[in-house]
Amino acid sequence: MNADLETRVAEFAKAYAGQPSELIQALHRVQSELGYVPPAAQAAVARVVGVPLSQVRGVITFYHYFRATPVGRHTLRLCLGTACHVRGADQVLKAIREELGVGLGETSSDGLFTVEGVRCLGACGLAPVMMIDEEVYGKLDPKRTKRILRGYREKAE
Amino acid sequence: MINLRIDDTPVQARPGQTILTAACEAGIRIPTLCHVEALTPVGACRLCLVEIRNWNGRLVPACATPAQEGLDVVAHSDKLTALRRTILELLFAERNHICAFCVSNGHCELQDLATELGMDHVTFPYRFPSLPVDASHPKFGLDHNRCVLCGRCVRACSEVEGACTWGFSGRGVETRVEADLGDPWGASRTCTACGKCVQACPVGALFEKGKATAEQVKRPEILAEVTERRPRA
Repeated sequence: MNADLETRVAEFAKAYAGQPSELIQALHRVQSELGYVPPAAQAAVARVVGVPLSQVRGVITFYHYFRATPVGRHTLRLCLGTACHVRGADQVLKAIREELGVGLGETSSDGLFTVEGVRCLGACGLAPVMMIDEEVYGKLDPKRTKRILRGYREKAE
Repeated sequence: MINLRIDDTPVQARPGQTILTAACEAGIRIPTLCHVEALTPVGACRLCLVEIRNWNGRLVPACATPAQEGLDVVAHSDKLTALRRTILELLFAERNHICAFCVSNGHCELQDLATELGMDHVTFPYRFPSLPVDASHPKFGLDHNRCVLCGRCVRACSEVEGACTWGFSGRGVETRVEADLGDPWGASRTCTACGKCVQACPVGALFEKGKATAEQVKRPEILAEVTERRPRA
């Protein structure tokens, strides 16, 4: 399995072989293929691109975009910006936690949702706001949040 | 030669020298923490901030600013001391610096700076973060509680030893010095156990195993001694 993953990652990163300045591009490519960049893939990228392991680790942990653990089928981005905070984002988060059993930065046990906190989705007029994948849900309250999440669950069944 | 003034004293510098080295050679002490001879200056700790009178009083890090003709540098003033003291206070408040049972007590650059700058108390609330100690390496240990993130170990490892084992992970207040892909030090595939990082570390964050309180003496000069002996290209 691991040898297989390494071959696949090496294939994805081939276009950036021996170009340390392209490290971020290579990691983008790997994440778009795998959905995340596990340590074995990080090591493979380091070898192909030609940078130290510590540098790959630095980039992966510095940019919130990169993740080293698998993501759920849907990514839920809850806005925690000022407007949403004032309009009750914490109540929405509480509803999410009650419905999915996980909080920020975690993936639900059924693998359906990864919950992320973000600072401003640029839709403050709709506060509090969350995005599920590319879909924006505004003017949320706890009840509606739960209803939306259940909708996704039913669709998945 | 470049002519400049540091604290109203005329100083000469060779091209390529920084304000810090020029001051040092002229016998003017400027406090610094992240800088050590033989490593690339990064200006991370900001303790060597100096004021340039003829740049509208701009503050620049002496370690990373080249000496230039006609500069009028203020290296010591009440304002600068206050700034440096604030930086020190922030460093002390960020992690758990308890000198009384630190291996580096009495041989610590952070402690020495606090004494030099008269920092007798911390006005910020301490964060008291819960941080691990990595004792997985057979010869050395890493105590994140004492780390000031100066990056001297990171630079010593990549620039002098060439192993590139150490790197920074995370960002902001979550930044940590970590080996390879965040592995325990003892499990690192790249570490050569040369110990240069330990000698480079200004505080007790990196230490030799077996050293008790106040027994850890560091020798950061070893980095310059090693690089000076290298054949030049």
